[in-house]
This record gives sequence, structure tokens and C-alpha cells, in this order.
Amino acid sequence: MAPLHTLHVEVNGQLQQCSVQPRQHLVDFIRNDLGLKGSHLGCEHGVCGACTVEVDGRIVRGCLTLAVQTQGCKVRTIEGLSHDGDVRDLQEAFIRHNALQCGFCTPGMVMAAKELLEVKPDASREEVREWMSGNFCRCTGYHAIVDAICDTLAERARKGQKVGA
Amino acid sequence: MSTGTLNSLVETMIFNPPHAGPAVEERPAVHPADPSDKPLHPLTEDPRYIGKSVERPSARKLVQGQGTYVDDIELPRMAHVVYWRSPVAHCRIKRIDASAARSMPGVILVADGHDIAKICKPWVAVLGHLAGMKSAPQYPLAIERACWQGEPVVAIVAQTREQAEDALQVLQVDIEELEPVVDMETALDASTPLIHPELGDNLCFTRSLNVGEVDEAFARADAVVETVFEFGRHTGVTLEPRCQIAEWNSADQKLTVYHSFQAPHMMQDLYARQFDLPESSVRVICKDVGGSFGIKVHAYPDDFATVALSIMCRRPVKFVADRIESFISDIHARHHRVKARIAASKSGEILAFDMHDLTGIGPYSMFPRTSAIEGNQVVNLVGGPYKHKNYRAQLQVVFQNKTPTCQYRGVGHPIACAVTEGLVDQAARAIGMDPLELRKKNVIPDDAYPATGASGIKLEVLSHEACLRKIEQMMDYPKLKAEIEGLRQRGIYRGIGFAALIELTNPSAAFYGVGGARIASQDGCTMRLDPSGAISVSVSVGEQGQGNDGIYRQIAADAVGVDLEKVRLVLSDTDVTPYGGGTWASRGAGVGGEAVLLTGQALRSNIIKVAAVILKRDGDELAIRRGKVVDAQSLEPVLEFAELGRIAYFRSDTLPSDFTPELMVTRHYAQRDYPFIFTNGVQASYVEVDPDTGFVKLLKHWAVEDCGRVINPKLVDEQIRGAIVQGIGGAMLEECLYDDRGLMINASMADYLVPMSGEMPDIEVAHVQTPTRSSQLGAKGAGEAGTAGAPAAVMNAINDALAPFQAQCWSQPLTPQKILQALGKV
Repeated sequence: MAPLHTLHVEVNGQLQQCSVQPRQHLVDFIRNDLGLKGSHLGCEHGVCGACTVEVDGRIVRGCLTLAVQTQGCKVRTIEGLSHDGDVRDLQEAFIRHNALQCGFCTPGMVMAAKELLEVKPDASREEVREWMSGNFCRCTGYHAIVDAICDTLAERARKGQKVGA
Repeated sequence: MSTGTLNSLVETMIFNPPHAGPAVEERPAVHPADPSDKPLHPLTEDPRYIGKSVERPSARKLVQGQGTYVDDIELPRMAHVVYWRSPVAHCRIKRIDASAARSMPGVILVADGHDIAKICKPWVAVLGHLAGMKSAPQYPLAIERACWQGEPVVAIVAQTREQAEDALQVLQVDIEELEPVVDMETALDASTPLIHPELGDNLCFTRSLNVGEVDEAFARADAVVETVFEFGRHTGVTLEPRCQIAEWNSADQKLTVYHSFQAPHMMQDLYARQFDLPESSVRVICKDVGGSFGIKVHAYPDDFATVALSIMCRRPVKFVADRIESFISDIHARHHRVKARIAASKSGEILAFDMHDLTGIGPYSMFPRTSAIEGNQVVNLVGGPYKHKNYRAQLQVVFQNKTPTCQYRGVGHPIACAVTEGLVDQAARAIGMDPLELRKKNVIPDDAYPATGASGIKLEVLSHEACLRKIEQMMDYPKLKAEIEGLRQRGIYRGIGFAALIELTNPSAAFYGVGGARIASQDGCTMRLDPSGAISVSVSVGEQGQGNDGIYRQIAADAVGVDLEKVRLVLSDTDVTPYGGGTWASRGAGVGGEAVLLTGQALRSNIIKVAAVILKRDGDELAIRRGKVVDAQSLEPVLEFAELGRIAYFRSDTLPSDFTPELMVTRHYAQRDYPFIFTNGVQASYVEVDPDTGFVKLLKHWAVEDCGRVINPKLVDEQIRGAIVQGIGGAMLEECLYDDRGLMINASMADYLVPMSGEMPDIEVAHVQTPTRSSQLGAKGAGEAGTAGAPAAVMNAINDALAPFQAQCWSQPLTPQKILQALGKV
């Protein structure tokens, strides 16, 4: 067994100091060591996107990132994002459009969509579909997810214009 | 990192042909009124929620990541199990050396099939009403022989999942590889080895049907078209893998199983019987379930093994399948080869269907629903929408050394629909008639019900004609056809494909109960007025994302007469809820929903009785509006529920001595009028095929669906869209690929392609509402029709696009390679 590493990481605004195995994945650390169960394990090989979390402002696959790689980083999960209220409008749009069914993919979808809202505020419907193509949903037909994100984009653009005017 | 993965990049390339034509024009979703659009009569005195797209109760927690799935649950003393699974398709287990594994850190127990068999009985999955069906005894862990790659053989229990996985690396299992039966085409040949010699052959089930004068119909037909349809084996890929925690309490001899599952009472019964436990000692709880689609309605060998290990270790044991395990141990489905032909007259009358279906189901029939149902459904459903009287079918269900198959969303419908609709399109081409026109001429007319289909299926009331009218308007068919013609002149090849369909829903006991399977066809609801005036509702049907919790809340609120927010739901706990079947065969709304409606009406009536006593008035003078008892004439409030509850529960001294309030009631419902309540619908797909690359772009999809009374349009619409996308997956992407030794070669999500958002089309959904008369609610199922029709619609659209080349492709998934082969380019 390899020696444990001492990991200093900020998760959802709280500093954590933990001993972790060098082989431990970030999502296992978040789920098992910190008890934050909102990030889900769907495939454990980087395809499904259910474990998507944010590290220093960019989304990553929690199953392809080792916990030790987040040394000194700021990590945000769906729990932190929800508490901070940064995507309350997006989450409300998901509910309004029934853009979730079983909910297992939803935290990852919300994390991925959050980054889209930030970096591509003028994304077209086709660009939304393309951007979200790294997150697997087996329940919805994606249509409602795309509707919810497009709605949020439009609403933010409208509000942004108002503020600027 | 980028959200784009290798998988999605590859798919994006496949679905974006370089010579793409113009985008599909956005059309307003307003359609002229159709006689079938008339509003349904209200079900309750003050209808507020039924029929409205209100929020469902679980959405808010799920969107914030606060659901509770099985893997999120941690229990005291809990251990973790991993399984050593057969690495080959067929082998003799010679020796298991667990000494090194047992000495690994954290290991609690290593057990094999013999150990488990001491406390858990084997099973043979057959049904009495499928005459002649056979299968072999199956054990939780393989004994002596493993019969498919992925069959569990050895269990390792450790304190952590990591420790169990580490120990798995040093487990020594000596095997002798046996000749596998891989190809279903040769499974019945005399030279093929027998998987279970005691059965005498590799045949699980066979069925023949010969109705009317089939040979005569083919002899007099102007057009006969014959085609071999192939369907690739695929699987459900629930995003949350199969998982459970078995908790044996040795002190009070009680078993509690937290299970990601669709039918908790079925598993309670099976655990009790296989382990010889009293039924009352077994409790099954399903919390949030991360997708099911039929994958989580079967009893898997590792379900029983995990329970056995909990009993042996006297502590909770958690099993969570990883993704590769899911691919080789979740049920597969849809592996069929159908040789079929259609007879039609010049004038456009469909005269007969004739088909032979061969399907391979793996080495065992799956417990307890069996693996013969899918093929049996294909026989029942081919030709289903149409009024022809001549039909011949032959079905052979054979064993093979691959992962067992069983009921997955749609169960036989996607195959039957693709065969039927593929033949109808070819017949239309053969006689030179528009495919929509041919369908209009041949569907059973809307005024001809009740009717009996050629296969003998009883159809209560359907609306094919109304659905065809509606989809024609929705898609603006004439304009689209003109657009296709114009684009073909420019070397852009687009096509339209239709699929008319029927779907069986709201099953009676005819599905399983009459065959001896202890799977309930009835469901129940218990409802209580709480002292505060809120309503607690417990239903025997659970929730896996469909929104059952949402519609039950709507029905209960309207039936009693309270605000939606006043209704609290309790689902999926065998210790708590009424007894029932759960979710399968699209029965949650039609069967569970009716039980909720009946219970709500009974509670409302009892509330009025209590109010009448308190107010010393005649009950007929009282009604209920929004949580208040009101005067039936003036609708003036006369008693708040909270005050009624206070008196009924805390001041019984003020009530007459011969009167006891009954503010908790239970009602059950079983659909008994028909074997099934069939629904119908039609879908259309619009695609563009690049003849140089074989790439297909899905431009648009339309669906008109008749699930009777729609309880929540937004829930139904996205159910249908999700089901359509699952159907498209099977038609274009998904296939469990095997090598000639029976090894699955694409058992990862990087290699097994599932539909992602980038290549899926927008899907427009509309409804025709023809309520079933077998219930007050009038709801039929909606969960599977999308999957039933989408593969046929997409396949027909691709073949329409290929028509100018005289090329055809009837092998699903329709990959670019197969399309190029059809075009003679590779």
C-alpha cells in the first residue's frame, strides 16, 4: 500500500485537511471521505459525466481526476453550487421544463451547463446540444434539458441587457 | 477539461454529414382543431391539477443533488462485495483457491456457489401459460459450470470496496473452457453442443400461429415483399448501475434490502421463498432509483448472492455493479432475426403478414418473468395497427452462451413495429402508393372498437385515424415531401419514415399471474387525513423518474379536494405501502393512478361523514373545496380540515358514542376488463443520409400518442421523448458486439455508443386522448410507446432517403458501414 498523502483542499468554501491514498479518485474522496453524495458514479471511465465537479473554476470528471491533483485547489460540487445560488435560475428552469427524470445525471448536467452559461452566453440551441454531449442522460430525450438551458441563456441575456441599459 | 469526450466526438462526426442541407424550418406548434381534440370530462368537482403540467415532488431535491440512491446509503457495520465473474462464455470451474484473497487486508469472507447454495435455493424461470417452455436450474453463484461471460462465480466481502477489489486480483480460479454456443442461427443444429444436456436441445420456447387463409392471401396478392430484419442485442445502460444493500439482522431474524428496483413486493416474495424466510421477515425498500427501464425488474443471481452474504456475515453488505459488470450482467434484449413478408393488393389493401422470428436469450431464462415474453410479444404485435385477417407467425427462442436477455423497455414492440412498418413501407413502394396513404387505408378505423387484431389481441379503443391526421398536420407532410424532392435534384438525400404502433399497457393478471408468477397485477393506495389537514398517501407503485410521485399527488389532491402542497407521498417500502406490482408494462398511471383516485374519493366521502356528524347536518348538503368542508349549494366554508382533524383525533369525547371517524382508507384496483389496455400512436422521422459516407443526420422527429387521459402533459411529453431517444439508440448506435468465442468486445461506454444530446433531434409531441373505459381515470400507459415506434420510423426514413439508389438496409443498428454496404460502396 502506497503511503497516504496529506491533502489540503477547499471544498465548497471549507478548508479540508485529509489523508488520502494516491490512487483515490476525486469523486470517491468527495463521496466517501467528505460524505457529499450529490456527485454520482455512472461509468467510472470518463464518459457519462455524472461525476462532473468544478476545480478552480473549470469542470472536470471526478472519476478521471485523482484527489491528490486538487492539492491547494478550490473544488465545488453540486451541493456547494446549490447552496451558493449561482445557478438557481438554471435549476428552476430544469424543474419548469421537467428536464430531469431519475435525477442521477442531473448534478453533472447542472455543472456542465453552468460552465456553458459562463463561457458561451450567446450559445445557439445547436451549440447547447453540442456542449452537453459529454453528459449522458438515459431518461429524458435531452430535448427538455436543452430547452431549460436555452431558456436560462435567454433570460440571463435579457437581464444582462437590462442592467447594461 | 472539455465536456466533449471521445465518444461524443465520434458520434458528432457520424451524425454531421459534410454535405448537410438546410436546417429544418421551425414551425409553429399550433395545429387546426381535430374532432378528436375535444376536452375530456372533468373527473372531480373542483378539477385543479389533473391534466396540468405541475411540478413533481422529487424534482427539487434531485436538481440539487440531494436524492438518496442506494450507493449513497451507509449503514453501521456495512461491508462491500465484489464478484469474480466468468471471463469466458462457457467453462468448467475446476478449482477455486481463495487462500491469498482471504489473507488480503480487510477481507471478511470469500464464498463460492456451493457455500451460497446451502442457504438459497436454485430457480427455474418458466411460466405456466407459455406452453412447453423450459429452462435449467440456476444458482446465485455458478456451480461447476459458468454459462456466460459475466456469470458470477465467487464473492469477496471486505470492509471497503477497494479492499474487496484488491483481493479480487489475487483470487485464483482454474477453469477449463468449454465450447460455447454463440450463434443463434446454429443453436438448434445437431452438431451444436447442448448448453444444458438434461433439456435435450437448446430450444427454450416455440410458438406458432396461423390465422385466416394466409397462403390464399399471398397467392392473390398483387404485391408480395419479403425481407429479413436483423436486430442487434442491446441493453438498458441505466446511468445508476444495479445496486443493493442487504441487511440481515441475526438478532430479530429480519432481512432488509435497500434495492434500486421497480417491483419491491416481487423481490420480497422471491427473497422469502428462495431463503425459506417468512414473508413478514423480509422488507424491501427502494429509495431514489437512477433509471430502470426494465433492467431493474428482474431477479439477478447477484441479488440473491448479496443477501446470502449478508446472512453469512451477519452484517449489511453493499453491492454496486461497475460499468463493465453492468454490460455483461444486466439483462440484454432485442437480439432477433425476423424473416417476414407482406401481401398487398394494387388498390392498397394489406392482405396478410407472415413471419418467422428467431431470438437468442442466453443460457438461462431470466427469473421470474422469463425470457420468452419478448418473442411472444413479437408474435402478438406484428401487424397490430391494421385490419387484415390473415396472419402466420412462427417463433423460436433458443439458448446460447451470452448474457441472458429479458424484458427491456418496449419488450418486443420495437421489433414487431419495425417488421410491420418496414414491410408496409416496402409494400407502398411496390404498389406505388404514398406510405401515409397506405396506412390510412389499412388501420383499424376509430369507430370499429372494440376490435380483435389478427393475432387475437383484444383492442378496447384506439385512435389510429385521428393520430395519422394529426401527425400529417404537425409535420406539414406535403411541404416536407416537396422539400425532399427539390433537395434530391441538388444531390441531398433526405427521407421521411412513419411508424404506426400499438402498445400494451395496464396489464391484467393475464401477463404473469395466470402463468404462476407471483407478480401482482393489482395495486393499492392508502390515504390518511392528518390532524393538520394534510393528506398522507402511500402507494404500492414506486418512482424511478417517470413522475409517478407527481401524478399521484395531482390525483390525490383533486380527488380529496386539497392544495397540491398538502399531499405527502410514501412509496416503495414493503413494510409500509399496500401490496402491489410496481412499475412495468406501462402500468404506473393506469393502474396505480386509478387506485389513488378511488382512495381519494373514499377518503373524501369519509371526511364528509365526519363533518356531517360534527356539524349535525346531512352529508348531502356538504362538499369539499381546497381543504375545507363547504356548503354544497353556496360553497361557503363551514369547517376547515384542520379543525375537523383536531376534533376527530383529539376530541373524540365530543362525538356521538356510536360514531368513529375513519380518516384513513385503502382501495385497490386491478384492470380486469381486458388482458391489456392497448394504446396507439404514430411517429415520423426526418433524416438526411450522406451516400458517400453512410452518415445519417436526424433532422426532426414527431410523435402523436394516445395514452388516454393525460395527467401531466410535461411528464408524458418527456417520457415519450426519452423513450424515442432510447429507441433511436437501438436503431442507430447500440449493439452488444460479441466475438466468435462469445466474448463481448465493447463492454464500456467508450465503445458501446449511446445517444448523446449532440446528435439527437428535437422531438415534437402531440396527444390524442381516448380514455380507457376500464377505469374512472381513463389513463393508459405512456412509457414505452416511444421506444416501440422510433426504430421503425428512423429505419424507414433512412430507407426512404436511400430509395433513389435502389438501396435498402433493414439491419439494426443502421450504422454508416451497413448503409455503405447497402449502397454497394464497401
